[in-house]
Amino acid sequence: MKHLPIAGKVLTLLFTAIFLVACSGSDTKDAEEAAAAEATARAAAESAAMQAEKDAQAAASAETARLEDAAMVVGRVFYFEYDSSALTPQAIAALDAHIALLNNDGRSVRLEGHTDERGTRDYNLALGERRANAVRDYMGANGIAGHRIETVSYGEEQPIATGSGESSWSQNRRVELK
Amino acid sequence: MKWPGWIVLNIVLIAGAGAARAQLVIEITEGLDNPTAIAVVPFSWQGEGAAPEDIAAVIDSDLMRVGQFAPVERNNMLGRPSRASEVYFRDWRVIDTEYLLIGRVSATDQMRIEYDLFDVLRQTKVYSGVELGPINEARMLGHRISDRIYQQLTGIRGAFATRLLYVAVTVVEGGKDYFRLTLADSDGARPIVLLESREPVMAPTWSPDGREVAYVSFETNRPAIFRQNLQTGAREQLTNFRGLNSSPAWSPDGQTMAMVLSKDGSPDIYLMNMVSKKLTRITRHYAIDTEPTWMPDGKSLLFTSDRGGRPQIYRYTLGSGVTERLTYEGPYNARARVAQDGRNVVMVHQQDGRFHIALLDLVTSRLQILTRTELDESPSIAPNGSMLLYATKYAGRGILAAVSVDGDVKFRLPARKGDVREPAWSPYMSR
Repeated sequence: MKHLPIAGKVLTLLFTAIFLVACSGSDTKDAEEAAAAEATARAAAESAAMQAEKDAQAAASAETARLEDAAMVVGRVFYFEYDSSALTPQAIAALDAHIALLNNDGRSVRLEGHTDERGTRDYNLALGERRANAVRDYMGANGIAGHRIETVSYGEEQPIATGSGESSWSQNRRVELK
Repeated sequence: MKWPGWIVLNIVLIAGAGAARAQLVIEITEGLDNPTAIAVVPFSWQGEGAAPEDIAAVIDSDLMRVGQFAPVERNNMLGRPSRASEVYFRDWRVIDTEYLLIGRVSATDQMRIEYDLFDVLRQTKVYSGVELGPINEARMLGHRISDRIYQQLTGIRGAFATRLLYVAVTVVEGGKDYFRLTLADSDGARPIVLLESREPVMAPTWSPDGREVAYVSFETNRPAIFRQNLQTGAREQLTNFRGLNSSPAWSPDGQTMAMVLSKDGSPDIYLMNMVSKKLTRITRHYAIDTEPTWMPDGKSLLFTSDRGGRPQIYRYTLGSGVTERLTYEGPYNARARVAQDGRNVVMVHQQDGRFHIALLDLVTSRLQILTRTELDESPSIAPNGSMLLYATKYAGRGILAAVSVDGDVKFRLPARKGDVREPAWSPYMSR
């Protein structure tokens, strides 16, 4: 849909040219010539429009590909500090890449909040939700409609790293975008 | 005597789920300095074939586990009496035995166990009893005898003939773990898988009559609260709200379930009427309010809230609607459970960055740390208030452990394989 205005503009220009050509003649021969010219122009316009549409599509898919690449590079996991649901600068940078893509492709997402193993399981379930909500709210503030975002918390039930120690814990305090 | 149908039902489940892997083993780590010496003589057997269960061994390990007793080793026994007429007190005095338990087991359709307890120093019979039940419940009959002996010797009702719920987890590297909600005897024997899922299962809890359990399952790809009848196997999904559906806690009268929902924004405590399913919201705060648990009189609830900045224990009184903070010591106090006396509260308490189990005396406001390991959680008190089970990590594995409320007795219950967590000690089982 986004590239139609470009095609529209091309068409308008061409039809204006045809109109000018058509108006310049006054007899039948002129009219026939005008009709032929009009047909030629129309064909040219159509082909130009198709080309424009193709170009626009190519441009759009190139843009989508670029956004997808950018989102892929930053990954789908956003990390948090201990007992915190504040977005870190790294998490914000990564989220921005995903938000740009989501604003482009209109997809719906699921945000899964997780914690490390320290503290109680049910409190951690609530903390995981707080983290998922922090990401949801940031996305919402940046143009992603609430109905496109589902959040769920797994608390400490699905660790990435199973060991006990900061190197494991820091990998487990996260929100995953799915 | 009527026996619950779930015994039959769950034998089928065992065959289906291969549950034996979740079997717990007991390792005693600390006991009392001067335990009471008691000799539990192997019970005589009258019936077809070999005795189906070594009842004396069941009682022996029950008494050993709680730390107050030092059972006499069988090969130190100078005789094997099973009747009062066969007892020679000098045989027991000479090996410093204080109490002597003998018994006789017979079985036709049912099992019948007669037993006698003697005070060796006074040379008198202290107690005699009889237990009856199905042969396949032999171990439970043994636990009932342990309950009687414990009560005779300590004045406190025993809690051996009770059961445990816990979550056993088999970690699958690079894949989805297996979660098995498991039911076992209080000594970890006879585990039965009630639910197996590749999605998390959490927060198992008992109905006050011990006939039902409730838990949180992620089987629908989000947390939802379920109840499950142990007798019929019938299962009901109680909640399916957006956000958190967690921490189910039956009221002492069984009419209401406290739970945590975040459907209205932040996690708050709600009460669900178990008949009408109508919800009443009892906390309204933008902070996290979670982990509700009932006081034994059902008139107030304790819960965890970080409304003060860090998680602490609060009490909400139903009649007045008043909320008060109960814990002030330490930066983190969470997931309280209250003993039947309404006085001892156990919780997860953080000290120097480590998580221990602590006991708060509501009368004196004294907080005592009971455990020394560092990732201790999910305390659950025995119905007699004498011991509590909790989950911890040992050698990199999630295990269950137990400690007496005075902190003097400790034992571990690791699973033979995999991790175990979230123990929930049953109430006294109605016969």
